[in-house]
Amino acid sequence: MSLTVDVRHRLGSLDLAAAFDSEGGITAVFGASGCGKTTLVNVIAGLIRPDHARITVGGTVLTDTTQGIELAPHRRRIGYVFQEARLFPHLTVEGNLAYGEWFTPRAERYAAKPQILDLLGIAPLLKRRPRDLSGGEKQRVAIGRALLASPRLLLMDEPLASLDQARKAEILPYIERLRDEVRIPIVYVSHSVAEVMRLASDVAVLAAGRLAAFGPAAEIAQRLDLIPDEERDEGGAIIDMAVAAHDEAFGLTRLSSSAGDIFVPGRIGPAGTPARVRIRARDVMLALEEPVKISALNILRGTVAEMSPAGPSSVNVRLDCGGAAVVARITRHSATALCLAPGTPAYAVVKAVSVSGPDAEAR
Amino acid sequence: MTLLSLTPEEWQAVRLSLKVASVAMIASLPVALAVAWLLARRDFWGKSLVNGIVHLPLVMPPVVTGYLLLLSFGTKGPVGAFLAQFGIVFAFRWTGAALACAVMGFPLMVRAIRLSIEAVDMRLEAASATLGASAVWVFLTITLPLTLPGIIAGMILCFAKAMGEFGATITFVSNIPGETQTLPTAIYTLTQVPGGDAGALKLTAISIAISLGALMVSEFLARRAGARIAA
Repeated sequence: MSLTVDVRHRLGSLDLAAAFDSEGGITAVFGASGCGKTTLVNVIAGLIRPDHARITVGGTVLTDTTQGIELAPHRRRIGYVFQEARLFPHLTVEGNLAYGEWFTPRAERYAAKPQILDLLGIAPLLKRRPRDLSGGEKQRVAIGRALLASPRLLLMDEPLASLDQARKAEILPYIERLRDEVRIPIVYVSHSVAEVMRLASDVAVLAAGRLAAFGPAAEIAQRLDLIPDEERDEGGAIIDMAVAAHDEAFGLTRLSSSAGDIFVPGRIGPAGTPARVRIRARDVMLALEEPVKISALNILRGTVAEMSPAGPSSVNVRLDCGGAAVVARITRHSATALCLAPGTPAYAVVKAVSVSGPDAEAR
Repeated sequence: MTLLSLTPEEWQAVRLSLKVASVAMIASLPVALAVAWLLARRDFWGKSLVNGIVHLPLVMPPVVTGYLLLLSFGTKGPVGAFLAQFGIVFAFRWTGAALACAVMGFPLMVRAIRLSIEAVDMRLEAASATLGASAVWVFLTITLPLTLPGIIAGMILCFAKAMGEFGATITFVSNIPGETQTLPTAIYTLTQVPGGDAGALKLTAISIAISLGALMVSEFLARRAGARIAA
């Protein structure tokens, strides 16, 4: 199912103007806080009446202000997972899950309860009350509640922002399974580079209400200039790879792609399992000759494609490695010493332990 | 045992008071809910005027309220004359006592329910709408259950006010034994006759017991409802 969004809306000092299309998968809406992300999804959900907008999901027009169409929120059949789970305190987990299901016309229900309970691991929680759940459990129940309403589209507004690191790590794999197993488009709002780059197929970058960029995640990931300052160190390339082999003796997995092979710690899955890795720009070293006798396991060959300044003393160097991009942030001093320029052949050196891969089963 | 041996007339006053207070409480509830919801959740022209009118019985002398009721709902009053065509009569009937009590208890009920509706997290209502609930269903399945402790409190306040209502009742429907003589007016009557002290004391004790009982029941119900919805 496809999603088209075109919104213009003024709210206080925010002047929101954003338009993008998605052909399914996870579309991340990314940007610093206050850039209009939540306003945008509230317009999609119908909770805010926009000045001008056209929103369609799978051919159904939800909002078209030029034609005077504005479907009420309860008629949109959009699943919305809020930052704070917003479970109904007077209902049990089971009651919360049944709530959305109950309002969905029988003919339009596609959500299979056993599978969703299993997917989110919430079957053991059914008799509990929301106040007895941990933050992570609440959020999983909230996702289940939204899915059981058989939505056409799932909106997730910073679903992990209120959770600590351990709880985030607990939920991320569930969202990945959701992306791979549920066929509806997902709009995922986040200010975290790590989440966006791990989950998204497409990324819409918002800055002060404007769409600064939109495109496939791998393309947006190379644009380090789009990353807000507070997340600056998290920027870096992502490469979609596949498991090639697992080294039992050393506990390493070898992933392969057109860029070459990359080792990551732990076991990820059987050969052929798709795996996306993120290589932070600040973790990448560049060398003009292939380094030998070095502890770093990953050495990728490429040519410098682009150099852009990153602050007074650093540059971002984008390396083209067999079609995939790797970005390195190095000092201007080093760039000058190595005489780097577009076209220069170079080697990117990355430690296996600094590559962010999908959660390994055992690290 | 002399304390419990009531004369038939005294029994009548107790029974009538309970009937009048219960009817006043139950009849006010739907209206109070609607008004409380409007005041809590909607902005409309003349909202502060409506709010003022609702609270008027709380600040006006009860006698004034009773007299206004007599003027409008009396047999010669415009509303009273109109309703009399359909056989609905308030003047000097127990129904009039219930009406007076309902009007006097109304602001207390609206206030308790309104505060409680305002305390309901509107984000939960928005979540409910995204799950497919229309405005009416949102109210019935989310707002109403979460407001329950406030509704119970408002009902008990209204009931207690009705049990104790004196000024508006006696002005509007007088003090007719068996028809409009409630506990307070019966106590008042007894204190006005020689040798009525014992009877007044008995009714006073009953009055205290009923009020205390109502308070305890409401505490219990509100606590149970509150425990269910505590986040």
